Amino acid sequence: MSQERLSPVALHKALEKIWATPPGWGRLSAVNHNILGKRFMVLALVFFAIGGVLAMLIRAQLATPNSAFIGPDLYNQIFTMHGTVMMFLFAIPMFEGLAMYLLPKMLGARDLAFPRLAAYGFWCYLFGGSILIVALLVGYAPNSGWFMYTPLASGVYTPGINADVWLLGITFVEISAVTAAIEIIVTILKMRAPGMSLTRMPIFGWYMLVTAAMMLIGFPPLILGSILLELERAFDLPFFDPERGGDPLLWQHLFWLFGHPEVYIIFLPAAGVLSTMIPTFARRQLVGYNAIIVAIVAMAFLSFGLWVHHMFTVGIPHLALAFFSAASALVAIPTAVQIFAWIGTLASGRPKFDIPMLYVVGFFIVFVCGGLTGVMLAMVPFNTQAHDSYFVVAHLHYVLVGGFVFPMLAALYYWLPHFTGRRSVYRLSVPAFWLILIGFNLTFFLMHLTGLMGMPRRISTYPSNWGWDWLNLLSSFGGFLMTMGFALVLIDIVMQFRFGRRGSRNPWKARTLEWAMPTPPPAYNFAALPAITGRADNLESNALGRELASGQGYLGFPRQGRQETLGVDMASGEPDQVIILPRPSFLPLWTALATGGFFLGFLFKLYWLLPPATLAAIILFFFWTRTLGERRDVGPVDIGEGKAVPVDGEVKDNVTWWATLCGIACDATLYAALLFGALYLALIAPGWTPPFPGVDWVAALAFPAGIAAGWLARLAARRNGANQTPAPFLLGAVAVGLVTAGLLFVSILTVPAPTSHANLALRVVLLIYCAVHALVALLLALHAYLRWRGGFVSALRATDLRVTRAWTDYAAAAQVPAWALIALLGGMGA
Amino acid sequence: MFWGSVILFALVLGLLTLSLTRPAALKAIRPMHWIIGGGLLLPVPVLLLLLVAAVLLGERLLPRPGDPAPMRIEARASQWQWRFAYPDNPGAGETEVLHLPAGQSVDMVVTAEDVIHSFWIPRLGGKIDAIPGRENIIRIAADKPGIYRGICAEYCGEGHDIMGFVVEAHAPADFAAALEAAR
Repeated sequence: MSQERLSPVALHKALEKIWATPPGWGRLSAVNHNILGKRFMVLALVFFAIGGVLAMLIRAQLATPNSAFIGPDLYNQIFTMHGTVMMFLFAIPMFEGLAMYLLPKMLGARDLAFPRLAAYGFWCYLFGGSILIVALLVGYAPNSGWFMYTPLASGVYTPGINADVWLLGITFVEISAVTAAIEIIVTILKMRAPGMSLTRMPIFGWYMLVTAAMMLIGFPPLILGSILLELERAFDLPFFDPERGGDPLLWQHLFWLFGHPEVYIIFLPAAGVLSTMIPTFARRQLVGYNAIIVAIVAMAFLSFGLWVHHMFTVGIPHLALAFFSAASALVAIPTAVQIFAWIGTLASGRPKFDIPMLYVVGFFIVFVCGGLTGVMLAMVPFNTQAHDSYFVVAHLHYVLVGGFVFPMLAALYYWLPHFTGRRSVYRLSVPAFWLILIGFNLTFFLMHLTGLMGMPRRISTYPSNWGWDWLNLLSSFGGFLMTMGFALVLIDIVMQFRFGRRGSRNPWKARTLEWAMPTPPPAYNFAALPAITGRADNLESNALGRELASGQGYLGFPRQGRQETLGVDMASGEPDQVIILPRPSFLPLWTALATGGFFLGFLFKLYWLLPPATLAAIILFFFWTRTLGERRDVGPVDIGEGKAVPVDGEVKDNVTWWATLCGIACDATLYAALLFGALYLALIAPGWTPPFPGVDWVAALAFPAGIAAGWLARLAARRNGANQTPAPFLLGAVAVGLVTAGLLFVSILTVPAPTSHANLALRVVLLIYCAVHALVALLLALHAYLRWRGGFVSALRATDLRVTRAWTDYAAAAQVPAWALIALLGGMGA
Repeated sequence: MFWGSVILFALVLGLLTLSLTRPAALKAIRPMHWIIGGGLLLPVPVLLLLLVAAVLLGERLLPRPGDPAPMRIEARASQWQWRFAYPDNPGAGETEVLHLPAGQSVDMVVTAEDVIHSFWIPRLGGKIDAIPGRENIIRIAADKPGIYRGICAEYCGEGHDIMGFVVEAHAPADFAAALEAAR
């Protein structure tokens, strides 16, 4: 079935009609990555402005000694919110948005793997962030520090709603981080242009792949910690109370197990941006492509092994500290590899200078400084003096502003012409740069000195006789200079949208794929997908763009009004499926609202709201798949260039399957953090003296029941593969799953006095984890049954069954360590 | 450490400036040599040296099994004050001012009654967290008699700013008398 070639304009109109987002209220149904990427970035900038105003309030308060501008109560809310907003509501969503916008374009796809999931993540981010900002406006913002150390953040010492706002609001926002991580990993692995093997991928793809993998296993410890702390606050389950077998340090371990990788999660996308821009301005390919990949993978591994350097003063034995100190110092090596790869690229190229490069130079100045103080802080004896002083405040701002804000400003000026299709007005970006650079260094360089002079962090005021007065005043002055710089950048952006001249595409003569399209980009990105035959950071973008616009390449035609893009073999990049993406939909919005109902119910202790909200979310998720898949086997379809491949529903190696594996990996990491926490408390926490009440072993029948459900799901998949009906086995898996979940819920209710000791509280949480997973497994079996009844399942179209099998297996396997640990910890009392 | 970092900073930025203004001057350096030189040969020895020095210094500050046990003083933190007790000086009561004998090491046994605090006398170096349910020990020594300032370094709630304390280091001969006077 060969396709008739349309003229470029006709092709554009046909594709635009298929991929367009409806106007008016229909905008709320947008799932396109162009729109969502920009929404993420704009919202992140709004939060950056809010965080910046909070920073100004902090500097206004600290400008003079004995200041009475804001009292300690308000000050505590402000510095807590400044950190929280900048980390969770600005930095992470900012690069997520940039990656969502850029990745499909750089990789040669028409959209992300799960457009509706991206939309759902956006709504979760908006709603969760709004909870925090509304709380700030009405004066109930979190006030226990962005690190929320227990017991200060526990119910006894922060009785109000403030800490719950943090725990629930941030967990709500983190849904968007986890969905973005899965989305990014699967998109990079499966949705590239034909011929783009992993080794030909532009370096930004590698950076985002590693970053997303780190997010997938970095966020679960914090999510777990937040759940445990919220359970302690809401139901008095004592995980962090040293008088009842808990330990406040467990929170610190879980928090920094997330918190340190977080720094690299923020830095790596920015470094990816630098590795993309610098070759353009050096007019040569990146030096050390392979060395950089090794360096970022090494960085990712190391970053999970050095969280304890935030805890050098909690009383950990010196030898253990030496280990973490060495690991912390080692991170300097992969960082240095990248720094010198960039300098080497410039030195061996023919560098030209332009506005983005100005900000890149700013990055070098600030970030290298922050890296050097980082090595200092990795040294234990220095750390014990500088820890929790303004020296650390200086260091972390040098690293984060240097390692993220400056590269993002460079990225802004680099890709703004891509967003707008216009040229920059320019005059403002230069004074803005100098204001930001000078203001920043004035503010934060001096803080090294105030810190060394003994000024601790998080104090709302200080007496005037300690010699900190002038330094603080100058810091505040610098802060206001920096703000003026950011205000100029904002004006500059508005000016470019409003008055910028329409420019030619690709103003920098970049050689990556995102420039091989009209700017601003059409909703479908590429009228045809390119065949890649070499490294994808060295393309003739302009010539390629003209070819693709005329439909020369893969899928250069509209078909049945479907949103089609290509899936490829993960390593080689050979096309192996046509991926049919979902159309705009309000379902993500409704589902996020239902999710919000759940979080608000928890926040205001309206527990009756939880079951209906959960049920609504589950039912809505069932609706998500109604538009996916085919009711008959269609076989390979034409993709142009003389090739034909099957559609995604008919192959095993499809994006849904990879997302399932990512989801299980993320979930298993959360579980591993829980098991770590249980063992940690049993071994380290004070007050674990037996005997503990025995275990109700009748409930352990849930374990064989869980295995039976897994076995039934397997049989269903096997029978389906042999063209027999899987229905009775799926319904059997649902029924047995109900028994499993029921037994587990009964066993939760029969744990004696769970508020009396962490041992029993842990028993409850382990059983809740198993029960929730038994429920998930049975819901997926039910879903697979409904899909089969709807005619979407055949021996060839078996994804629903494979997903069900994977999760029932996981639910059964999850019970093994749970019961083992319950027996072990209960047995210590026997 | 300070001068070392100044040199490294100047080196990196100097190379960057050269690469932008006079790339010809650096053309002789092969691309891979940048990575090997800057990424490995430069940082590895510096880091090794620093780590060895830090571990040795850290070990020197630790109590060793053979050492004569120095005087122990207990510090108890609560929202938002410090109380000090002197178990090695029977009869001495609790004080709000920390009295130290000058010129000798003291082991501070630090704990907290409610939330986490941190014991820090900037002039005497080093800090240790005060954690409920745990006892942490830090060894400090005031060289000369005099008045020092101590502060809480871990954020502990609304009174965090005012949770300071005064340290009085006395000549060893006057120490017992000072404790007596403080009762």
